[in-house]
Amino acid sequence: MKLLTCPLNGSRNISEFTYGGEYHTTLNHLTTSARDWAEHVFFHDNAAGLVTEWWCHTASSFWFLAERNTITDEVVRTFKADEIYTQRIDFDTINPESRS
Amino acid sequence: MRSRLAAPYGSLINREKVIQFEFEAKTYQGFHGDSIASALAANNQTLLSRSFKYHRPRGALTMAGQDANTMVQLPSNPNALADRELISEGLKVTGQNYSGSLEKDRGEWVGLFSRFLPVGFYYKAFFKPRGMWEKWAPLIRKKAGLGVINQQLVPDYYDKQYKFFDVVVIGGGPAGMQAALESAVTDCEVLLVDENPSLGGSLNYSRFDVEGARGKKQLDELLNAINEKPNISVMTGAVCNGWFADNWLPIIAKKRLYKVRAKQTIMCTGSLEQPAIFHNNDLPGVMMSSAAQRLVHLYGVCPGSHAVIVTGNNDGYGTALDLDDAGVKINAIIDLREDPNYDDIAKAAVARGIRIETGTTVYAAQHKGANRVTSVDIRKIVSQGICAEQGETITCDLLCMSVGYTPTYQLACQAGGQLTYDDQSAMFSLHNCPESLQLAGSVNSLWSLDAVLMEAKRTATIATNALGLTQVQVADRVTEHTVSPNHPWPIFAHPKGKEFVDFDEDLTIADIINATADGYEHIQLVKRYSTCGMGPSQGRHSALVAARLVAAATNRTVAETGVTTARPPFSAEQLGHSAGRSFYPARRSNMHYRHIEAGAEMLQAGAWYRPAFYRSKGTDSQACIDAEVSNVRNNVGLIDVSTLGGIEVRGVDAGEFLNRLYTFGFIKQPVGKARYALLTNEAAVIIDDGVACRFGNNHYYVTATTGGVDRVYQNMLKWNAQWRLDVDIANVTSAYCGVNIAGPNARAVLQKVCSDVDLSSEGFPYMGVRSGNIGEIPARLIRVGFVGELGYEIHVPQQYGEALWDALMVAGSDHDIRPFGIEAQRILRLEKGHIIIGQDTDAMSNPNEVQMSWAVSRNKPFFVGGRTIAELEKKPSLRGLVGFVIDDTKAPIPRESHLVVEGQKMTGRVTSCNFSPTLGKAIGLAYVPPEKTTAGCIIEIKSTGGVRVLAKVVELPFYDPDNLRQEL
Repeated sequence: MKLLTCPLNGSRNISEFTYGGEYHTTLNHLTTSARDWAEHVFFHDNAAGLVTEWWCHTASSFWFLAERNTITDEVVRTFKADEIYTQRIDFDTINPESRS
Repeated sequence: MRSRLAAPYGSLINREKVIQFEFEAKTYQGFHGDSIASALAANNQTLLSRSFKYHRPRGALTMAGQDANTMVQLPSNPNALADRELISEGLKVTGQNYSGSLEKDRGEWVGLFSRFLPVGFYYKAFFKPRGMWEKWAPLIRKKAGLGVINQQLVPDYYDKQYKFFDVVVIGGGPAGMQAALESAVTDCEVLLVDENPSLGGSLNYSRFDVEGARGKKQLDELLNAINEKPNISVMTGAVCNGWFADNWLPIIAKKRLYKVRAKQTIMCTGSLEQPAIFHNNDLPGVMMSSAAQRLVHLYGVCPGSHAVIVTGNNDGYGTALDLDDAGVKINAIIDLREDPNYDDIAKAAVARGIRIETGTTVYAAQHKGANRVTSVDIRKIVSQGICAEQGETITCDLLCMSVGYTPTYQLACQAGGQLTYDDQSAMFSLHNCPESLQLAGSVNSLWSLDAVLMEAKRTATIATNALGLTQVQVADRVTEHTVSPNHPWPIFAHPKGKEFVDFDEDLTIADIINATADGYEHIQLVKRYSTCGMGPSQGRHSALVAARLVAAATNRTVAETGVTTARPPFSAEQLGHSAGRSFYPARRSNMHYRHIEAGAEMLQAGAWYRPAFYRSKGTDSQACIDAEVSNVRNNVGLIDVSTLGGIEVRGVDAGEFLNRLYTFGFIKQPVGKARYALLTNEAAVIIDDGVACRFGNNHYYVTATTGGVDRVYQNMLKWNAQWRLDVDIANVTSAYCGVNIAGPNARAVLQKVCSDVDLSSEGFPYMGVRSGNIGEIPARLIRVGFVGELGYEIHVPQQYGEALWDALMVAGSDHDIRPFGIEAQRILRLEKGHIIIGQDTDAMSNPNEVQMSWAVSRNKPFFVGGRTIAELEKKPSLRGLVGFVIDDTKAPIPRESHLVVEGQKMTGRVTSCNFSPTLGKAIGLAYVPPEKTTAGCIIEIKSTGGVRVLAKVVELPFYDPDNLRQEL
């Protein structure tokens, strides 16, 4: 069984983790075309080579990111999400007055 | 029993303890420590079983548990390896795969027809006409089976254990012992594993010097040193059956599977001696020279009285010395080499005056009607694989083969190691293993004992350096100057065939050549077409020769041809080891035992146990459920809802957070109010629902479904890992338990135990939330109406579960309060038209399809499924979830997943359907095509038994459309 290093809990069996899909940059849901949005929702890159993925240490519910080579299945590194998400994300307001 | 060789021969047996056992209904005696095969060999019983296809007589080939020749039947276990399985008092053993008797197998005729059973015979012969195979298969299967499963057997207890080591050394021969010793530096926990009954490997039986003393001496030295190291754990009789990522090693010993994690693995798995390929090379009495040495040294058994040794290296001469010392007459050493390069051991054998023929081979083994070898036909080798026309017959009852080795590469290849073939040494070697895996010993193509020990030390140092326990300069890999023990072509075709390449599957040279001639040139295809290497020994003795044959037949090099992929398990393992003990986690609510006391029939929902309904004596289950439904509709009922998920969302961004996640709007939600919360994913698929209760400006308590809460919680954390809102999210499902008290009398009952909350319709209206006390118990009260009556969900800290239940049951006794289970709740909620996520929704359901667009806010800047919902709304809907009633009370009630049809066309499906005791007819929910979604449409359902039932689409809910009752 593979080992994965959780940035919070250290090296653990892969069975303790939940895969969370490929990492994508946050799309602007207002300006993205329907086609690009559909690609974002329904298609996966499934790239051969170095990819960035979401992983969650299930027992502690800690989400982090992993760089993994999908050809060799080698995890190059794992890191906390705040390395990428350095600040609060706000979405453009459609009509601030009507917020329910 | 024939006389055994005197000690020190027989290192594994205890001559003090005589054991009687049966083989083929005849009683034999052996010693404690004997394997079935060794004890039988001591009684001159060489024939053990019959081969898979041609029912050929077979005896021990390796004496190491590495071949399928020794498979015998035990009362509890088919296909047991006779050279691995120990004898025990009264054990009943029989051979396998024969009809009549083992000695005179009526199935032997198959061998006579072997020329009509070419490779691929089954594919070719039974492919046409259609249906032919079905007729033949039972006959062929009966003919081709091996052992028999004892179906009366009571399964044994198997279990699993986890272990963790810094270094695991696989293989306890000289390399493994030395590597374990060298690894056992301070703070390094080492495990040394060997599949044999004792450590030592070849030191126990092989000849390392002219005198034959070095093996024992070296073994004693290493054993003493290991015994002095408390940080070396030793497991013998334990097989490492695979290599999985990051050195995760399944090690099987007796009835336990050890799951071992090693930081560093050193593989000292040794090498497997390979057979020479000639006519009748499978006769009992023909064995690897190492097998003969094992019999002599491990069991004190003479494998024959007069031997011929066919060799392509100097090891055959060592075997000759061993046998000669043990009193076996050596009739000849047949050396394949034209001009042998003798070492000291070989020179000693020459000096003993043994007859030696060089440039010669055994062309055929002969049996003269016996079930074992009686003589050999030896011939001069003219060119590669070609023999002279005339030969000479030499009598013998033992023929030892010593023509080379293959590294025991299986585990290393599973780890990613690659085999390359060197034409010079005629040998496979391993490369490109992971960094945390070292190879030492003959698996690493080293043969002299000194080189093996030096390399073992070196690799151990690499391992301890990698662990940071040592910082020692590591020397270069040991280079060896001895000649390769592998002969490049010990393969001699015979006009009558029967030169076995694969003993398991009875495959001969022609079978392999013909597979390539039939167009299967890739080694993987050769394997699948011919079945070469697919037997129990997994190509241990056929991979090298098959690679050589295929390479020659296809004009490629052996390196280009390669071997087939090695996959776990390394050796056959019992299903019990994989099954082991399984653990089934169960969750019980804090009111669990109150339900049991009240006669509840429990069912499992995920890990949770929940009351299905409460059984009253002498009443059938449906009547109980209907009574519970009626009691809620007309009086007051109580249901345990502790399994519902609960998530606390706190912080200044709590409202903003829920607004982004759920489809509804939550920012303007007043404190003291609950709102329905529908959760969709980015594809707009409904994944959960619940209510969001605002207990404070910055505090929401969100419920989630029993099965969905863990995923919802994980989802929340994943989104906020990106959004980084100022919220704290906690899954408090197990911290709270709760009930729903529902029915027109719910308020009257609750009032008796809850004095600090104004329960009046105005003071605590529908969808209100309050904090208060039930008696002394602090509680969260939520006015929701899942079952469609006046009702309160009461959530309390988990330790108050039974107290809450008791308080309400006592308070409700005047009103004849009754508990109800989830069967009644399902009917009640269906009458109310409430959907259950996962039952009435599937992996495609979006809010509009299930009449939930009212729960989707259109005027907030963002929520997770928002964009996709907006896109879907631009397109015509593909289906809709509707309520239906069946007015014909005699029609069979449809069940979940029954189809909605139009003629022969399937147009939808039923998701929920029940008889409604309140309405007096069957009601349900179904997906129907868009044109059938309006009230009044008639749909056709293919119900139980294929009966077509007409149903009428109606507006939801079925019951109390104006919601008067829940808002009482």
